[in-house]
Amino acid sequence: MKFQILKNLFGIILIFSSAALYSQDDLMNLLEESEKPVTEYTIATFKTTRLMSGQSVEIPAAGVLQYVISHRFARITAGFYDIFGLDNATMRMGFDYGITNRLAVGVGRSNFEKTYDGYLKYKLLRQSKGAKKMPITVTGFAGMAIKTIKWPEPDRPNYFSSRLYYTFQLLIARKFNSDLSLQLMPTLVHRNLVATRADANDVFAIGMGGRYKLTGSLSVNAEYYYLIPGQIVSPVYGEKVRNSLTLGVDIETGGHVFQLMFTNSRGMTEKFFVTETTGSWLSTDIHFGFNINRVFTIIDKHNKK
Amino acid sequence: MKKVFFISVSMLLFLNQIMAQKYIARNGYIGFFSSTPMENIEAHNYQASSVLDVESGEMVYSVLIKGFEFEKALMQEHFNEKYLESDKYPKSTFKGKILNMDQLDLSKDGVYNVEVEGDLTIKNVTKQIKVKGTLERKGSHIIAKAKFPARVEDYNIHIPAMVKDNIAEVVDVDVNVDYEPYKK
Repeated sequence: MKFQILKNLFGIILIFSSAALYSQDDLMNLLEESEKPVTEYTIATFKTTRLMSGQSVEIPAAGVLQYVISHRFARITAGFYDIFGLDNATMRMGFDYGITNRLAVGVGRSNFEKTYDGYLKYKLLRQSKGAKKMPITVTGFAGMAIKTIKWPEPDRPNYFSSRLYYTFQLLIARKFNSDLSLQLMPTLVHRNLVATRADANDVFAIGMGGRYKLTGSLSVNAEYYYLIPGQIVSPVYGEKVRNSLTLGVDIETGGHVFQLMFTNSRGMTEKFFVTETTGSWLSTDIHFGFNINRVFTIIDKHNKK
Repeated sequence: MKKVFFISVSMLLFLNQIMAQKYIARNGYIGFFSSTPMENIEAHNYQASSVLDVESGEMVYSVLIKGFEFEKALMQEHFNEKYLESDKYPKSTFKGKILNMDQLDLSKDGVYNVEVEGDLTIKNVTKQIKVKGTLERKGSHIIAKAKFPARVEDYNIHIPAMVKDNIAEVVDVDVNVDYEPYKK
């Protein structure tokens, strides 16, 4: 009797095992077991290299040149006579180039105070999952701006070094899911020349921002730079310096990203929007603005094999 | 008791035999081509994995969407972000069967025509497809090759009107996988 049960049991196991081994699902399991874990790096935390006014963790891929043209119009409070500011614009034209997939260089010029700027961006950490896990992407930013507008008082001694501004940022971002990405930006802007002794040469600010994707091609973005109080006491062009807030959208077409925004900042380099923002959102001193980003592949990625 | 012994031995032999019938590939090639008057786009993936059972003719494929390499980085980003949504659907799979397996003798070197039928899953949409291809016996290896068309819309991939002229409605998929005997 015992023997009979054992025999039946073996028979059943035999039938089951042969059936199981022949199923495609089992082959699939076998395949998955044999797969080595790979590191998956997060891509497209943001659609482009700028969050809105300032930088994002993104850089152009190796061999890719990005042309950025940005405008910030005058305040919308200018009314219909100036068609809500569109009659007057400050603009910046710039190029970014990906030297490697982690290192990029950028140059630009703003008509505002005839300012040239240049910077390096380096991806220190890349968010990834799989074999190597990293929760955040960190990009280091080091930039310099040169104000070349003629001295307001040419008769007093003026030094070239007084035209220079430096910015250092850590851009720390996490893509939480395919729609939501957030970024934190501890920032230092060094100004060689300041208005009075009470104004700090080294200005510290904390930036924060993010994007939420509504569709594959459209996202809403927000960016805020908080100035540690007490660093800037002198007014800029007769107005009190405030924190920069920019709200807008990214619209992505084939090779372009259009960024449309409302902001209380007029400038498009860190020196301007971090330390010289004077508009107040509460009194609607807001500028309409845009960045148009276009990429050109200069060096094709050579395919393997 | 003798019988039990006989059954268990035969089962072990049977299992062994099954192991010997399996072939595996870990660095298989899968590529696709989109051709329009405006632009030709191609992508290559050298990390497809597959298991082939030469006894039953069953074959399965698994490929990581992020493993497709494009000429232009931006294309690769859009492919992952907007079209295939690889964060949500990281893998594409195929589970199928070679229909004429019993007529093949893979013990001799040579190229054999095969017809494969099975389920192709892309972006969580599964479609039954029938594909003609070849199996080539080369020493201990078996090389599988096939080309077949795939309609983008069928797999819940929506191409926006703005780039409709640049991306083909039907892309050509190219498979080239080199198998070696499976060892545990």
